[in-house]
Amino acid sequence: MQDINIKIIDRKGDVHEVVAPTDMAMNLMEVVRSYELAEEGTIGVCGGMAMCASCQCYVKSTHELPEITDDEDAMLAEAFHVKSNSRLGCQIQMTPEMDGLEVELAPEI
Amino acid sequence: MITTDILIIGAGPTGLFTVFEAGLLKLKCHLIDALPQPGGQCSEIYPKKPIYDIPAYPEILAGDLTDKLLEQIKQFEPGFTLGERAETIEKQEDETFIVTTNKGTKHQAKVVAIAGGLGSFEPRKPPIPNIADFEDKGVEYIIKEPELYRNKKVVISGGGDSALDWAIFLSDIASEVTLIHRRNEFRGALDSVEKVQELKNLGKIRLITPAEVKGIIGTDKVEGVAVEQKGKDAFIIDTDHFIPLFGLSPKLGPIGNWGLDIEKNAIKVNNALDYQTTIPGVYAIGDVNTYPGKLKLILCGFHEATLMCQSAYKRIFPNKRYVMKYTTVGGVDGFDGTRKEAPKAVVKAIH
Repeated sequence: MQDINIKIIDRKGDVHEVVAPTDMAMNLMEVVRSYELAEEGTIGVCGGMAMCASCQCYVKSTHELPEITDDEDAMLAEAFHVKSNSRLGCQIQMTPEMDGLEVELAPEI
Repeated sequence: MITTDILIIGAGPTGLFTVFEAGLLKLKCHLIDALPQPGGQCSEIYPKKPIYDIPAYPEILAGDLTDKLLEQIKQFEPGFTLGERAETIEKQEDETFIVTTNKGTKHQAKVVAIAGGLGSFEPRKPPIPNIADFEDKGVEYIIKEPELYRNKKVVISGGGDSALDWAIFLSDIASEVTLIHRRNEFRGALDSVEKVQELKNLGKIRLITPAEVKGIIGTDKVEGVAVEQKGKDAFIIDTDHFIPLFGLSPKLGPIGNWGLDIEKNAIKVNNALDYQTTIPGVYAIGDVNTYPGKLKLILCGFHEATLMCQSAYKRIFPNKRYVMKYTTVGGVDGFDGTRKEAPKAVVKAIH
């Protein structure tokens, strides 16, 4: 399985180009944590169950993303700083199709 | 003053299991938790979600894990201070600690075990610029005293169970209840959603969706909220109270000011020995601690609690010899007088 390149803009506005594996069932929130691009305890609070919105991000590229599930949609409906390109990082799986993905982390909640 | 041997901050799975391990050493425990019920995240965030990595449980719901832990520790009669947040810690001359909650309840113990998870659950506050100016002046994130709203105008925002349930409850008390949510869909239990629909049809709840409260109006107290509804011009609703109910999120909170070594929003501990913090007699176990290689797993919290209790015993009884005893051998003697033990083998001669 190939690794993919992801561009992540952290909460301070710094741009990070990182490499993510596609064979470890990782999601975007976990990639952020693995590179420590957001302070521990401020991202992935619920562990990745789409139940806290601490991993909200804005998708900047035009990738076709997995469809928003009801859980994710309901959580985004109660999150803050939501924009039309908001997604929960924990719901975006790292697959070869995500190569080149560009996201910006939403402010801390 | 509540006195105990080990004061546990946090009644999540790690805190609860600590009661069991302490009980085997005849140490009494008392737990403080900011939530009104034990279980921590397991009961607050994901009670209906299955966990697959609790040893010997191929699958267990987080809520059931909490129930099992409570059953397992029952005979050690733990005390609980629930719905209160541990605020301050003071070391006494006799080496004990006094921990005081936000409501002023005082607890004294020889050992303090912080099992605070990701921190205490605090209400999520919507990013409305002037909201902080109106806190307790008409803006309440938690409903403590429903009578406060009798014959008042109330605006609730949020789309989950608490927003629905309080809208229903207050529709009988307040003079006017308005529920505002960003979507037409609500996430709560089906009967709550249906009840709100019914009350809306009866004109007892005013429902404004998809909409958002964007501002608060008032001089020294809330007098109205500015609302933006999709497809309409922004408008103002007159109200006495604005109650944003957007769930809870954990924050390390006052523990962060206890003079402990904090790294990555967690408390650094000595993992080579006993999970003690930089303050002797204060331990940190479970998700709240950090050390090289730390994993925030319930099963790791159980292990940490077990080693911590052995160390706490040595601290409380420095001159008393003890070696760990297997429960299969020693059984479990409850503080309530019950005893669990392995049945004795039957010895019978064969002729």
